[in-house]
Amino acid sequence: MLILDCPYCGIRADETELAPGGEAHLTRVGPEGSDAAFESYLFDRKNPKGVHFERWRHAAGCGKWFHAARNTVTLEVYGTYPAQVTEPPKALLAAISKKVPGWEGWQ
Amino acid sequence: MSARVEGYGRLIDRSKRVSFSFNGKRLRGYAGDTLASALLGAGQVMLGRSFKYHRPRGLVASGAEEPNALVGLGEGGRFEPDQRATTTELFDGLAAISQNHWPSLAFDVGEVNNYLARFLPAGFYYKTFMAPRGAWAKIFEPFVRQSAGLGRVPMEPDADAYEYLYAHYDVVVVGGGVAGLQAARAAAATGVSVLVMEDAAHWGGRAPVDGGEIDGMAPGDWVKAALDALEAADNVTLRLRMQGTGVYDHGYHLGYERVADHSPGDGRPRHRLWRIRAGRIVTATGALERPLAFSGNDVPGVMLASAMRDYLVNWGVAAGRRIVVVTNNDDAYRTALAMKAAGRVVAAVLDAREVVTSPLAQAARDAGIAVMEGRAIAEVRGRARVKSVLVTTQAGAGKAGEEIRCDAVAMSGGWSPVVHLWSHCGGKLTWDEAAAMFRPDPDRAPTGADGAPFVLTAGAASGALALDACLADAHAAGKAAGKGAGGKASRKAGPKAVCEAEAPIAPVWIMPEGAGPEKRMKMWLDFQNDVKVSDVQLAAREGYESVEHTKRYTTLGMATDQGKLSNINGLAVLSQALQQEIPATGTTTFRPPYTPISMGAIAGEARGELFQPLRRTPLHDWHDAHGADWEPVGHWRRPYTYLRAGESREQAVQREVVNTRENVGMLDASTLGKIVVKGPDAGRFLDMMYTNMMSTLPVGKCRYGLMCSENGFLIDDGVVARLDDDTWLCHTTTGGADRIHAHMEEWLQTEWWDWKVYTANLTEQYAQIGVVGPKARQVLEALGGMDVSKEALPFMHWAEGELGGLPVRVFRISFSGELSYEIAVPASRGQALWDALMEAGKPHGVMPYGTEALHVLRAEKGFIMIGDETDGTVIPQDLGLTWAISKKKDDYIGKRAQARPHMADPERWKLVGLETTDGSVIPDGAYIVAEGVNANGQRNMQGRVTSSYHSPTLKRGIAMGLVLHGPDRMGEEVTIPRIDGSEIKARIVETCFYDKEGAKQDV
Ligand SMILES: [Zn+2]
Repeated sequence: MLILDCPYCGIRADETELAPGGEAHLTRVGPEGSDAAFESYLFDRKNPKGVHFERWRHAAGCGKWFHAARNTVTLEVYGTYPAQVTEPPKALLAAISKKVPGWEGWQ
Repeated sequence: MSARVEGYGRLIDRSKRVSFSFNGKRLRGYAGDTLASALLGAGQVMLGRSFKYHRPRGLVASGAEEPNALVGLGEGGRFEPDQRATTTELFDGLAAISQNHWPSLAFDVGEVNNYLARFLPAGFYYKTFMAPRGAWAKIFEPFVRQSAGLGRVPMEPDADAYEYLYAHYDVVVVGGGVAGLQAARAAAATGVSVLVMEDAAHWGGRAPVDGGEIDGMAPGDWVKAALDALEAADNVTLRLRMQGTGVYDHGYHLGYERVADHSPGDGRPRHRLWRIRAGRIVTATGALERPLAFSGNDVPGVMLASAMRDYLVNWGVAAGRRIVVVTNNDDAYRTALAMKAAGRVVAAVLDAREVVTSPLAQAARDAGIAVMEGRAIAEVRGRARVKSVLVTTQAGAGKAGEEIRCDAVAMSGGWSPVVHLWSHCGGKLTWDEAAAMFRPDPDRAPTGADGAPFVLTAGAASGALALDACLADAHAAGKAAGKGAGGKASRKAGPKAVCEAEAPIAPVWIMPEGAGPEKRMKMWLDFQNDVKVSDVQLAAREGYESVEHTKRYTTLGMATDQGKLSNINGLAVLSQALQQEIPATGTTTFRPPYTPISMGAIAGEARGELFQPLRRTPLHDWHDAHGADWEPVGHWRRPYTYLRAGESREQAVQREVVNTRENVGMLDASTLGKIVVKGPDAGRFLDMMYTNMMSTLPVGKCRYGLMCSENGFLIDDGVVARLDDDTWLCHTTTGGADRIHAHMEEWLQTEWWDWKVYTANLTEQYAQIGVVGPKARQVLEALGGMDVSKEALPFMHWAEGELGGLPVRVFRISFSGELSYEIAVPASRGQALWDALMEAGKPHGVMPYGTEALHVLRAEKGFIMIGDETDGTVIPQDLGLTWAISKKKDDYIGKRAQARPHMADPERWKLVGLETTDGSVIPDGAYIVAEGVNANGQRNMQGRVTSSYHSPTLKRGIAMGLVLHGPDRMGEEVTIPRIDGSEIKARIVETCFYDKEGAKQDV
């Protein structure tokens, strides 16, 4: 039962208010994509033991999609940010690197 | 025969007699008793039978860890099986029955299993029920059904009410013993809000029983003083009868409050489930004493030394007149001393340690108790009750020596901290070699959202068993929790406690250590599931090295007590068998709940009408008053049909279909999803959402559209109307409205966030009424108002205007193949429009029709229904809907996926119509079989039926189905088996059975 801060409405949202949306920062592959690229887009997911970037929707709240950087082992939440970006904020990445020695980065 | 002892019983009130029954026999106890203490006090030693061997069983423990004394409690709507007698408070009129025996507790046929024990070893289920195949139905299944399950299932609806409570506290303290109370005081001193919960009905835990001194007071007096102080603080909440049940992510904590178990029917909810968010959780949950594994350790009368002490001190009940104590540590001497002081005979203390000179042992010797060092129990004699023990040396193979007559045995194998709540959310354990226990490792605590530990342990739960260490630890934990939750630093010192110094424990996992197979077959580890030392050793020999696998293979720790007494002993025996250190074996996983909680508490208020929110259309009450036979559709209720007096459901549906085809029918279509999509990029966006081209739809027109997932599968359909230059109104299925709106928002927010589009789900803002049938236009014209002629409002157009003085938007769309108008009005005017239409329709024979007639009408036309023709694996191409897929578009959601090899495979089953040759109706969900059988001997398949109805229009059974090469096999006859083995023949035909040219809807 996670708590995530919604970056839009500012509410500390309980997991019961949220809908999960899987891995964040996927790049859509359209009709021109190869079979392999499309398969990867549809099905290949990181599932790391450690730092993970996830999509969440404040479904029973403001309705907005946002991203959360979260540790799947310690449950630490490094930060949440709006979904309208193609990569995580630089400051957040720096903060995670500092906290998690040896972290290989979000890509 | 009463076992009560005068002058003892700090928790009972001897002036208040309480009457109760056990297996129909009337017995008496006192206010303050548990059912267990009252039964033991009344001389009832044997309380149940074990699960597998049906061996007689008595009390082992005095608290939540009790494995044996499970009873069926209450009667009728208040009956509940598998209730622990040790945690059941006695009340006047309580009725309990024992379990797991037939015909009676004293004489049980199932006890034959006991004599077959040799043939029922670990893994028995896996080994025995494999072959021969034919034996399963006739022998194994009846046997398993007969013996499966513990207790009886309640047969009546639960008579009680339950509720949830949501709460936030800075610090939650679980456990109201001296450690919990001290932790709460220390946390409260930092100024934060504190909730303290105690599972039992009284405060103080073990300390008042075990003795010692805190701040110069007896523990019981100190508890009173501590409670006074906590009650006076306005930042502290105290709850008794409330268990810390589970710890979850980010400080989420479940508390299970048994509000009225001890006063059933008093009007209060029976249980209350607290859903708490805590900044910090302090687990002051104490420790559990471990049994010792010796031959016959399950005979009634053998119990934990601490439990024997509890029954004496707390409830004034002596578990025996002449007892033997067997131990590997000092604590059990407290029991020997207490029983001796109460005038009972302590025949001997058998201490497995070679030399014992500690103060407690000395006190026993001084009291005249025989302390036998290096000794063990070779065997317990007795069947329904202990008669004697045979003494041997712990170091040997168990050669029986002296026989000591006794009627009870107090055993102590040491103590294990209650680490469950610590472990639920990832807290790790460390093996403490000296104390022979797994205790929480504070360096590997469960962490919260901020990355900081949020669970702390206090007192015995940390492994600090001695009173002085326990209180010092609890004080530090409370202080740290308060500070971690945002409190101010407190310099208040903790209390000073004094207790006897104790000699170290000697780990004893098998008694005696060289015991042979005969003895190991009678050393119980898990009392409830009948798992013995020999079973765990057999599992190890058979290759089960993982403790999790051994658990499942032997069922060790899988009973309702979840191995509270058996886990550590079991994994120690496994470690020995595998010749490895205990930490290398590790523990099984601790999962919530700490003890089973009631189903009622989990459901809370969500039962009956409150089970889930009910959505009602503006016409709901009218339907209800006019014979609606309700059907749940999503959270809505829709009339399946409108029953008239004397009609069956089938007759009503047929009448509604015929009337709609011949005259005019009315349908409440308000539940259909209505999503407005608006903005300069709305057309472009809808071209991505739908397989069709929506951007080119002219204002004033409607178009049927299909929506797919990115996987290519069809997820929804409906009619889209273009309202103005940059506004579209998308109709969705009833069940799809919220889902499709969310689907649109997901793409808008996460992929095309720079597109200028807004969406709004207006489903409930409008009432929508379908007026359907050849006389529909006459009904609308009778209302007066806007022009609804073919010329002014052609098929697949919409127009705004007034009808009967009401503002309406009229869509000329048809899901029935008939002339049809769907009329939308503001929800508040829905009833007025419905009434006006019913009135105007009277001369034309208007009747309302329900969802089933709607289904028949659409099936006669071959229109697909999301959820019937689709099931999440079907693409539009399977359904012959390629006409609704734009060839001009570069892209839409699902386009790329539909080009994947499996999707383009010509072998995919395709939609066709099916017409039975004898006119009968094919069962829903039937399969169309092919020649031959598959590897499992089942008929090969070549298709499945997706919709099937009796058509009153064609007066025969019609169906649609997905069939291999279906569209190429028109006229071919196929075979469809029924469940009873008979077969139906059907001809493959086109999906449309009625008015193939579509002339009737376009008039
Ligand atoms: Zn929000």
